[in-house]
Amino acid sequence: MQLTSPESLIFWTTIIFIVFFILLAKFAWKPILGAVKSREESINNALASAEAARLEMQNLTADNERILREARAERDAMLKEAREMKEQIIADSKNEAQEQGQKLIEQAKVAIQSEKNAAMAELKLQVSTLSLSIAEKLLKDELSNKESQTKLVEKMLGDVKLN
Amino acid sequence: MPVKNLNIKNYIYKFSIFNFKCTFAKNFWNLKLDTDLIMIISNKPVQYLLVTLLALTSSVNFASTPVDSVSVKHETVESVEASHAEASGHEENVGHKIEEEFNASDLINSHIGDSHDFHIADWDGHPVSFSLPVILWTKNGLEIFSSAKFHHDNTGEHIVDINGQKLVRYKEIIFYADKFETMTAEERDNGAFAFDARPLDFSITKNVFSMLMSAIILFFLFFAVARSYKKNPNAPKGLAGFLEPLVTFVRDEIAVPNIGTKKAGKYMPYLLTIFFFIWINNLIGLIPFFPFSSNLTGNIYFTFVMAFITFIVTTLSGNKSYWGHIFNTPGVPVWLAPIMIPVEIIGMLTKPFALMIRLFANITAGHIIILSLVSLIFIFKSIAVGPVAGAFVLFMSVLEMLVAALQAYVFTLLSALFIGQAVEEHDHH
Repeated sequence: MQLTSPESLIFWTTIIFIVFFILLAKFAWKPILGAVKSREESINNALASAEAARLEMQNLTADNERILREARAERDAMLKEAREMKEQIIADSKNEAQEQGQKLIEQAKVAIQSEKNAAMAELKLQVSTLSLSIAEKLLKDELSNKESQTKLVEKMLGDVKLN
Repeated sequence: MPVKNLNIKNYIYKFSIFNFKCTFAKNFWNLKLDTDLIMIISNKPVQYLLVTLLALTSSVNFASTPVDSVSVKHETVESVEASHAEASGHEENVGHKIEEEFNASDLINSHIGDSHDFHIADWDGHPVSFSLPVILWTKNGLEIFSSAKFHHDNTGEHIVDINGQKLVRYKEIIFYADKFETMTAEERDNGAFAFDARPLDFSITKNVFSMLMSAIILFFLFFAVARSYKKNPNAPKGLAGFLEPLVTFVRDEIAVPNIGTKKAGKYMPYLLTIFFFIWINNLIGLIPFFPFSSNLTGNIYFTFVMAFITFIVTTLSGNKSYWGHIFNTPGVPVWLAPIMIPVEIIGMLTKPFALMIRLFANITAGHIIILSLVSLIFIFKSIAVGPVAGAFVLFMSVLEMLVAALQAYVFTLLSALFIGQAVEEHDHH
């Protein structure tokens, strides 16, 4: 390689490179590196917030599941309670109905008894009245003729003798 | 370090081709360059780029009479076998069949070196090039003129009079004509460092032009990306979507692992700048036509400046423990200091030196291999070699694209590593 005058290229390389470097540093590298850096930061931030959102979502899902599970358990409990309550109510009402029936029967019995008693009393009264009137009539009949009166007396006396 | 060993093997392999010298009629080369020119002129975007980017002070110039008619184009076909007008040969009769030896070594040297003109193609036996401004600091002060004044001369024969000062150009180095006369051939060949025989040359050379272009392209590319972030705060798309992974790659794979999360941010602009600057210039060097094709990153002066800047950054970033390791290495007896301090200082310098050589050698070697493969066609004087050489050139070009990215990565990685060593906190002692 034929060496040429060194000062030309050395001088111009130095000048051009320094000017070129200063211009690029000011008008190109600074904004480019700044933009790249800020975008990287924003990407990192976006990733971090996406991760946070994912975690939050996970938490939410877990929460939802927990709530759902609780709700299901609550529903089961409520159903169970309702069933129990129903059975209880049925049993209670059965008992009550029975009691009530019993009571009614008792009352009916009592009423029947008292009615019967009253009827009996009235019947007795009626019978006694009827007997008296019959007896009266009989006596009237018997005592209206001497013969029969005497027979009666004899008969009665006869009974007395037996005693 | 395994990476280093691999590279050294690479160099040995690649440089074996460097010495490959061969000769052949140069005229076949014209065929390829002619097609290049036709392609460029018919390609409007390239032409537009050419006009907008390069309309600084320069102009496309032809070696002799302007080529402006269809009949000249017709002659071009005939002149495929005509002699190649070397820089010296612009006054020769074009169209005469002069068998010149094809010298692959000269061809390769001229393609990987720097130059004052941007050679586009040869047209009708004349080199067509884009003349760049020559800026000289002479004994009489600053002189600025177009490189067209040298009329493609690179042999020291054409004397240019600039405000009374006689100048000649020999192998892309501009000398004072009177001093040049007295120099021996060897002194002329090593003229790059003969500062008393030549004016200081601050010309916008092909490499400077290419570097300026790459810086402008990169600046607008990343400025557009930076602006797109203001409009679009969401996920990047388009250009930003393509470049952002590269930026984050530099940050996450180069800066942070070597410098540490806390301090990486401070050095990110520098690392990003060198990464993309070296990468795009590596790629520009692989594009074989104007306004690309310069071998900037394969130029030792360029890699020297880049490595030197890394050295400055490393040195200025050095903390207490870094300097402590150099001037008072922990665990080493004080009486060893006269040995240790020079060793450590040499160690400081070898790191950027390795950076400089690595990039220079890798890129230059790649260019040499591709040019050697193309030269094979002219060496064997056979069209049959074309497809074979073409296949190899394709393979090498793809490989060089990988190397372009890899070397930019390695340069940035090692810069980050050196900076990381300088800012590392040693809390274990």
